[in-house]
Amino acid sequence: MQYSESRTRNLRWLTYASIGLFVISFWMIFFYVGPEQTQGEVQRVFYTHLGAFFGSFVLFVTALIAGIQYLRTRHEKWDDLGLSAIEIGLVFSLINIVTGAIWARPIWNTWWTWDPRLTTVAIMWLSYAAYLMLRAGIEDPNRRRRFAAVYSILAFSSVFLTIVIIRVRPDTIHPVVAGPTSTSEGIEGEFAMSDRITTTLLFTIFTYVVISITLLWHRIRLENRGKLIQSRKMKLLLNA
Amino acid sequence: MSATTTTSETTTTIEPQKRRLRTPYFQVVASLAWKDLRAEARGRELVNAMLLFSVMAVLIFSFALELDRQAQEATVGGVLWVTIAFAGTLGLGRSLAAEKDKGSLDALLLAPVERSALFYGKMIGNFLFTLAVGFLLVFLLTVLFNVNLFRPVLWLIIVLGCLGFATTGTLVSSMSVHARAREMLLPILLLPVILPIIISATRASTALLTELKIEDWLPWIQLLCVVDFVFLLAGFFLFDFIVEE
Repeated sequence: MQYSESRTRNLRWLTYASIGLFVISFWMIFFYVGPEQTQGEVQRVFYTHLGAFFGSFVLFVTALIAGIQYLRTRHEKWDDLGLSAIEIGLVFSLINIVTGAIWARPIWNTWWTWDPRLTTVAIMWLSYAAYLMLRAGIEDPNRRRRFAAVYSILAFSSVFLTIVIIRVRPDTIHPVVAGPTSTSEGIEGEFAMSDRITTTLLFTIFTYVVISITLLWHRIRLENRGKLIQSRKMKLLLNA
Repeated sequence: MSATTTTSETTTTIEPQKRRLRTPYFQVVASLAWKDLRAEARGRELVNAMLLFSVMAVLIFSFALELDRQAQEATVGGVLWVTIAFAGTLGLGRSLAAEKDKGSLDALLLAPVERSALFYGKMIGNFLFTLAVGFLLVFLLTVLFNVNLFRPVLWLIIVLGCLGFATTGTLVSSMSVHARAREMLLPILLLPVILPIIISATRASTALLTELKIEDWLPWIQLLCVVDFVFLLAGFFLFDFIVEE
């Protein structure tokens, strides 16, 4: 892709904006919002937890769309998009899992439990990690792109499962915050949200979505730079 | 479903201007599966390895988990599915690798037939081999774990679980067969994708064997059916993209 001055400027502004949003959301989490009534200070980790989940969710949906688009159009840019989205999505997903474990230790008295929600998230992470293994294992670049696209579609089934599992198995102890559930009165650990909590939560989710898009852009840029260097090297070698 | 409609279409609308007659969809599936079964009946390299592996795995499990009666009922479902998954992976690795190494995969792809029919043909072969392991385990675990596994509902779970496993496995192994370290890559690619099947099958079997109420295992069987259906459809759409050259 051609280097463009205006695009670089836009990306720079977006990066500044994400840093600003991140600082504000941290301030909101630690100073603006008070400790939660029953869970106390540890509940503050929950904003990052949910924010990171939404970040990874946006990225994995992007990877799914990129996979479908690649198989339809066979344009390399969709493959770059899918790879970038999954790499960053894995990091966000890991933040999601680690913050969840930090929260669970005082609340559930264990770092990890084989609750349906936790199990499906673990499957999701492993599926996308396997995607990177698949890419590393196949040499022919065309075939690698095609298989990666197919596998990113297959792996999305785990994201879907993570979202629907609590409808199939309502016995999860994981609190259901986003979206209504049919059996919300029976779920432990559900908390009513005050205005400040809701504001902080929505702001953090917004922040993480913006950060994920910024990082995605940077990652694609990096991929393009790398390809440019490769092609220049080739040109140099051919001329020499 | 689609197999029957395609068959009726091709048999009823034979027009003179149509130059290339396609083999009916169902016939492609059946002949490919039949080929795999016959090759297996003569060579017996896949099924023998799978069965022997599962016998050894169960012996190790029964030795490692020397348990009392109640604990045996609770663990036998897990042992069953872990063994099916590992023995099945062993078989899948060979099934497509043999096609590719002998060059018969290219010949199959040259044939003027629907690609998805090839997928279902291979899938049926893998399904039957995995099912053979499953039913051997029913006998073996009944003897070694002293838990009665002769229950029709459990057999239904085994059939559904093996179907999902074979579908996903055929799809994933047709990708991993092209990789550099394919024996290593297949389990890594396959296990995360089949975990929903293994988990729901294990939960359903365990709930059934520990005599829980119907509400405790029926949702898992329903989930299993949904996942099977999704992967059967995914195979129909995605196999074309995997094998095209």
